[in-house]
Amino acid sequence: MLTKVHTGLDPVPGIWWRPAHKSEKVWVAIAFAWCMVLFAMMPLWHFRGGQNPAGVRTRVDPRAFHERTMEFAAQYKVGEDRGTPIVQPPPGADVYLTALTYSWYPILQLVAGKEYMLHISSRDMNHGFSLYPMNINFQIIPGYDYALRVTPTEAGDFRIVCNEFCGIGHHAMVGRMIVVDSTGAEVADNASARVLGGASR
Amino acid sequence: MSAVATSPVRICDVTGRRIHRSAEQLVKANAVVAVVALLVGIIAALLLVLTRWQAVHLLPPTWYYRLLGVHGMNMLIFFIIFFEMAVLWFAATVLLNARPAAPRLGWVNFGVMLLGSLMVEWAQWSGRADVLYTSYPPLKAHPVFYLGVILFAVGALLVTCQFFATLVIARRERTYEGSLPLVVYGAMTAAIIAVITLVHGAMTYIPTFLWSIGLIAMPDPQVYRMLWWALGHSAQQINVAAMVAIWYMLGALTVGAVVLNEKVSRSAFVLYILFISMASAHHLLVDPGFGPAWKIVNTSYFMYMAVLASMVHGFTVPAGMELGMRLRGYTDGLFGWLRRAPWGDPGFSSLVLSVVVFGFVGGITGVTLGTEQINIIAHNTMRIPGHFHSTVVSGTALAFMGATYYLLPLVFRRRVAFWKLARIQPYLFSGGMLLLVLGMTFAGSFGVPRRHWDISFSQAPFDVPFNPAVDIFLAVMGIGGIIAFLGGLSFILIAVKSVFFGEPLPEITRGVEMHGVPRGLTHPPVHAPDADERNAALHDPARGIAGATPGTLVLVAVFLLAFVVYYFANWKLLSFLWKIG
Ligand code: HEM
Ligand SMILES: [Cu+2]
Ligand SMILES: [Cu+2]
Repeated sequence: MLTKVHTGLDPVPGIWWRPAHKSEKVWVAIAFAWCMVLFAMMPLWHFRGGQNPAGVRTRVDPRAFHERTMEFAAQYKVGEDRGTPIVQPPPGADVYLTALTYSWYPILQLVAGKEYMLHISSRDMNHGFSLYPMNINFQIIPGYDYALRVTPTEAGDFRIVCNEFCGIGHHAMVGRMIVVDSTGAEVADNASARVLGGASR
Repeated sequence: MSAVATSPVRICDVTGRRIHRSAEQLVKANAVVAVVALLVGIIAALLLVLTRWQAVHLLPPTWYYRLLGVHGMNMLIFFIIFFEMAVLWFAATVLLNARPAAPRLGWVNFGVMLLGSLMVEWAQWSGRADVLYTSYPPLKAHPVFYLGVILFAVGALLVTCQFFATLVIARRERTYEGSLPLVVYGAMTAAIIAVITLVHGAMTYIPTFLWSIGLIAMPDPQVYRMLWWALGHSAQQINVAAMVAIWYMLGALTVGAVVLNEKVSRSAFVLYILFISMASAHHLLVDPGFGPAWKIVNTSYFMYMAVLASMVHGFTVPAGMELGMRLRGYTDGLFGWLRRAPWGDPGFSSLVLSVVVFGFVGGITGVTLGTEQINIIAHNTMRIPGHFHSTVVSGTALAFMGATYYLLPLVFRRRVAFWKLARIQPYLFSGGMLLLVLGMTFAGSFGVPRRHWDISFSQAPFDVPFNPAVDIFLAVMGIGGIIAFLGGLSFILIAVKSVFFGEPLPEITRGVEMHGVPRGLTHPPVHAPDADERNAALHDPARGIAGATPGTLVLVAVFLLAFVVYYFANWKLLSFLWKIG
């Protein structure tokens, strides 16, 4: 059942479709089983896990999305930081966040433990939504509304870093997100990310 | 070519093969341009790494982003693909004793590819294409950039066709008996995938080009991303197939590695073609344009058969080396064959380092990061460049370097220059790369973004105080990058010196150490005359599962364990996040 000893540089005479040795068969079987685990984990996590990139995805006109965001910001504005409104929507609400070169609009203030429908889209370029220091990352593309159900688990002062190259000012594109606990206090569990002064609410 | 070299064919004194000079010239030209592209890319790499190392922060922002594009194009496209063209010419002609199909056309295609690359270089260096190598619209570059890529791709596609034509010629002229050697079969796999890839390339770049000259509206950014990655990811599958083919080749040349079972190895190559993930979903896992079903199916095709194929090669390559060594008498213990392998032969050390880093680091991180949900904690962070510098760089690029140490004496007929340096070069490059990869990967785990000029955020409205550990990881990346740069530069020096100013190689005398000639050529690893009987004895069913290659079984068991631990550790990390979905 063995072919003659030869290397990968030699042409192979005769028929090479021959049974493999047991050790190879065992390895292929184990590797195959592992590949099935790799596959199965993904659907499984949709049912049992808490973090999925599914969301509700729709097409949207970038300008209309931006306008919707500004309406939303005007409706629930509770303060301002460096010219950007701080917006506190009621729990369960649809929440809007627009990426536009080179800023994130507005500053969202959410309550820990409550679920929101977070709509993110871009007014212009591809952008990357990267929630610091949670390290939650999503691709933001103009013309697409990415709506994700989010439940912040802890209070704190978070940042939104843009992690998709969007132009020469890309590295200055940082936004802010605040999560307060149910009493309304912002718990500095995430103390290192606290803005040093400046915030007026 | 010297004056006496009038015959179109010469006989190689090591392998006894008939080598057609016209093919040899094409191999040389493509390899030389590849090395030049590597030089450009590596200079950019040093400047990039010294910018991302936040404590040094060398370049101004414009030049950081510009050189990021230059590095991506020169390394991933020009260096890798020109070298692959050399590999295709080499595999189809030298390995099959065949004459090349239409060598003149080969030169035209080479010229078209070169012209395309120069157009891209011009656009990038002059600041007309600050769009990085992915050029996602709405970012827009000068039309010359897109046109250059199109020309390059057309040239490469035609060379691929010539490769197939050469295979046909070889078969028709009966230059070999039986089936294609496995190495050529692997190269053929790469060529088939290349055709698929380059078709996607046309679908990506022709519309973008037309848009850039104002003829059509902007392509949809999400559709572009999908098509671009159908090109970009399939291209990586070409690299993997070419690299594995070279693994088999270097194994044969350095230690006399045997092919355990043709059926298993060839089927694994076919799996690469069938499960190439044309939709390349794992780059789009957290994109808004696609639903979970599409993402899961196109990432895995229900069973990750391309991963299976790599795991199969990950077994058969070291097992073939182990068996080859055992058949040559290195039979002591589990790992005697490894201990007594020619570690000072740069072809061998490149091979082993390429297999180990590609498998243990590149493969494991790749599958893990390419999992739909885990991608949430990896997308566009430094974990991503951390991953692919352990695949296409530590795997493919290093395998190509190892192959070069054999091509220099065999095809260029030169001694390898700076021989002492050559013997440590693979360790230098691979070691530096490993540090770079570790630094990037860990920094990325803290959320440090890729493609980002300033993570001190000095110009941003809000501060982002990264964990101080990040500074340490970026320093590790920086130091590793410098070492890898030195390793890469050494390779370039060795290659250029050998090719252009090298000492012509007289006949290779077997059994005598020669300065600048790898051991696999002076002491070819021939098998004992009774190799077939020894082989049958090693495969005796009484030896059980461990069979002929017990050492390799231990190695792959360790590999699988590392894989499982890393994979589930990432699920665990993911579960700590906010609820999202
Ligand atoms: C000495 C060797 C090398 C060093 C030190 C190095 C270093 C780097 C650094 C620092 C980055 C930028 C990461 C970022 O800021 O996002 C990068 C990006 C990249 N490198 Fe390398 N690299 C090396 C070799 C290579 C090789 C040989 C290849 C391909 C075969 C390669 C392919 C890439 C690609 C595709 C990118 C991504 C560019 C982008 O994000 O647009 N590198 N490399
Ligand atoms: Cu950006
Ligand atoms: Cu990919």
